[in-house]
Amino acid sequence: MKSESDFRLSCPIPIEEYPRVLLAHGGGGRLMGRLIEKIFLAAFRDSELDRRHDSAVLPWDRGRIALTTDSYVVHPLFFPGGDIGSLAVHGTVNDLAMSGARPLYLTAGYILEEGLPMETLWRAARSMGDAARASGVRVVAGDTKVVERGKGDGIFINTAGVGFLETDRLIGPESIRAGDAVLLSGDVGRHGMAILAVREGLEFESAITSDSAPVADPVLALLREGIDVRCLRDLTRGGLASALNEIAVSSSLGIRIDESLVPVREDVDAACAILGLDPLYVANEGRFIAFVCEAEADRTLAILRSYPVSAGACRIGETIGETPGVVSLRSRIGATRILDLLSGEQLPRIC
Amino acid sequence: MKYIDEYRDAGQSRAIAEEIRRRTTRPHTIMEICGGQTHSIVRFGVDTFLPEEITLVHGPGCPVCVTPIEQIDRAIAIASRPGVIFTSFGDMLRVPGSETDLLSVRAAGGDVRIVYSPLDAVRIARENPERETVFFAVGFETTAPANAMAVFQARELGLRNFTVLVSHVLVPPAIETILSSPGNRVEGFLAAGHVCAVMGTEEYVPIAKKHRVPIVVTGFEPLDIFQGILLVVRQLEEGRAEVENAYARTARDEGNAAARALIARVFRVTDRKWRGIGSIPRSGLGLAEEFAGFDAETRFDVASQTAEESPICISGLILQGVKKPPECPAFGTVCVPEHPLGATMVSSEGACAAYYRYRRT
Repeated sequence: MKSESDFRLSCPIPIEEYPRVLLAHGGGGRLMGRLIEKIFLAAFRDSELDRRHDSAVLPWDRGRIALTTDSYVVHPLFFPGGDIGSLAVHGTVNDLAMSGARPLYLTAGYILEEGLPMETLWRAARSMGDAARASGVRVVAGDTKVVERGKGDGIFINTAGVGFLETDRLIGPESIRAGDAVLLSGDVGRHGMAILAVREGLEFESAITSDSAPVADPVLALLREGIDVRCLRDLTRGGLASALNEIAVSSSLGIRIDESLVPVREDVDAACAILGLDPLYVANEGRFIAFVCEAEADRTLAILRSYPVSAGACRIGETIGETPGVVSLRSRIGATRILDLLSGEQLPRIC
Repeated sequence: MKYIDEYRDAGQSRAIAEEIRRRTTRPHTIMEICGGQTHSIVRFGVDTFLPEEITLVHGPGCPVCVTPIEQIDRAIAIASRPGVIFTSFGDMLRVPGSETDLLSVRAAGGDVRIVYSPLDAVRIARENPERETVFFAVGFETTAPANAMAVFQARELGLRNFTVLVSHVLVPPAIETILSSPGNRVEGFLAAGHVCAVMGTEEYVPIAKKHRVPIVVTGFEPLDIFQGILLVVRQLEEGRAEVENAYARTARDEGNAAARALIARVFRVTDRKWRGIGSIPRSGLGLAEEFAGFDAETRFDVASQTAEESPICISGLILQGVKKPPECPAFGTVCVPEHPLGATMVSSEGACAAYYRYRRT
């Protein structure tokens, strides 16, 4: 796909002028003005942003809004399948979608480290602009700060997102009932392993690509088709296992899943096996689980599968009235065990 | 996944479990040596398919669990020094020392890094010639060849800023200790497949003979473990006590000659203290005379450090298969993975952590 901003692939601030971000770029003076104009306004291209006023002023059609915020500190900044810019869009629009909202507006707060190559900032901002347009959201407000060298990690981005609720239903753990089907939108573990592979310099036969992607389209389609969506949750940090545990606790229901029904790509599975990690706990950035009533499970899957981002949707289990707060897993050889929360981050095993 | 899924097949697992049931006429207690096997047994629920007569007890084969607390304290002391880059396998970072752990040292500003291979630590030492790089060389015979290679390469490269904090342990002396203890109830062993892939099987022949116990070299997938148990049960039922290899796709009887030669060159056999068990003669590896200059204990003068264990923790009894985690009064109450009293609650290969994670309620 040709990106809309390909008209300007190279960094618009001439290298000979300022090849790197200086503290002065956050100082509020002419340099900062130039950075905002040449990088951010050029990358995000939005009339509201172009006004350069203290806040964005947006139309409002009554009804309910969803509001969320998230910060992105991913390292490395660029990884197979995405970068910090696209991630800062996908993460936030997906959080909005999980409430049944159509994502509309984003803010972009950038914290830059002194010395960051201007070219790197341009690539990240441009990717963020592209991702926003592809996700159907506008970046309407922003902020830039520069911190001293060593006090940041290149780029940190915070995005806040506003979405319009497309449903009257309350989508959340409190709406789940015993006997609901648990559906998963595709294979798990790719984002976390893509990052880890780059960070640790692990080389596999083919690079594992992050699943980072916006998922609002299939979610809004479910609502449009009248599916009684009880709860949605994206599977970011902590992965599938952590999301299931959070929901089991907040809904006071038990959840039963079957390990052999959870799709994990072979390369992800192999990388996890080498490092002693469990793919069920590895982060994703384009995957979610949906709880729907049993009678609508098949129709829900059919709708999800008609969108590329959730083409691999499948059923992995159900909720039960017994064992509230506990997620149990049927192992591949057919025994049942607890699928617990991790106490911290997964640490690679020795052997 | 190729070469993995075949060994997780539900139908075949059940078929072997059925065969075990058919062959079992009386109670047997079998120990799996390796923490990786313990993890698989609990994760896949292998034991839930076994007949009641068979009791699996979990062995001491978890390097994180048996590394003595004073060695953890030494690691912490070294890692806390300014200018030191302390490198370690990931799951050593959360192991509690007497007062703190390596993750907390990192949070307090220490340069503690996770590496996946000891050779990465050598690379870090080369890239940072003005700083001391230390690698925490722990593990059984499985990690010994790579750790030996790191020291060997450091010497070839003439690195003067690279040392290793060694806490290597060996499986056969641990088996001997378990079999010789008065309260022993273990009648057969699943030996650790990856240890045997390095060392071969010959060390186990005299043990099987002397103590009249079957020892079966076993892998780590559910089917491997069922197969290992079946071979042990067959021997016990037929009154045999031999070394058999149920993991021939990886472990050869002679082991890996190159790896063994390197271990023999870089290390020497020493007495070692095992966390929770105590000192076992000739049960570990230390650096050979020729490589003594790479010993972090000497470089940083931490050899004399001593430490006290939690008086409540029964990890020693658990590591010897005398007790199971739920029998500990602290299990799941004061001792949880977030605040482990003993190392068996830390690593996913530790029996307590495995039970906590998969068997609670």
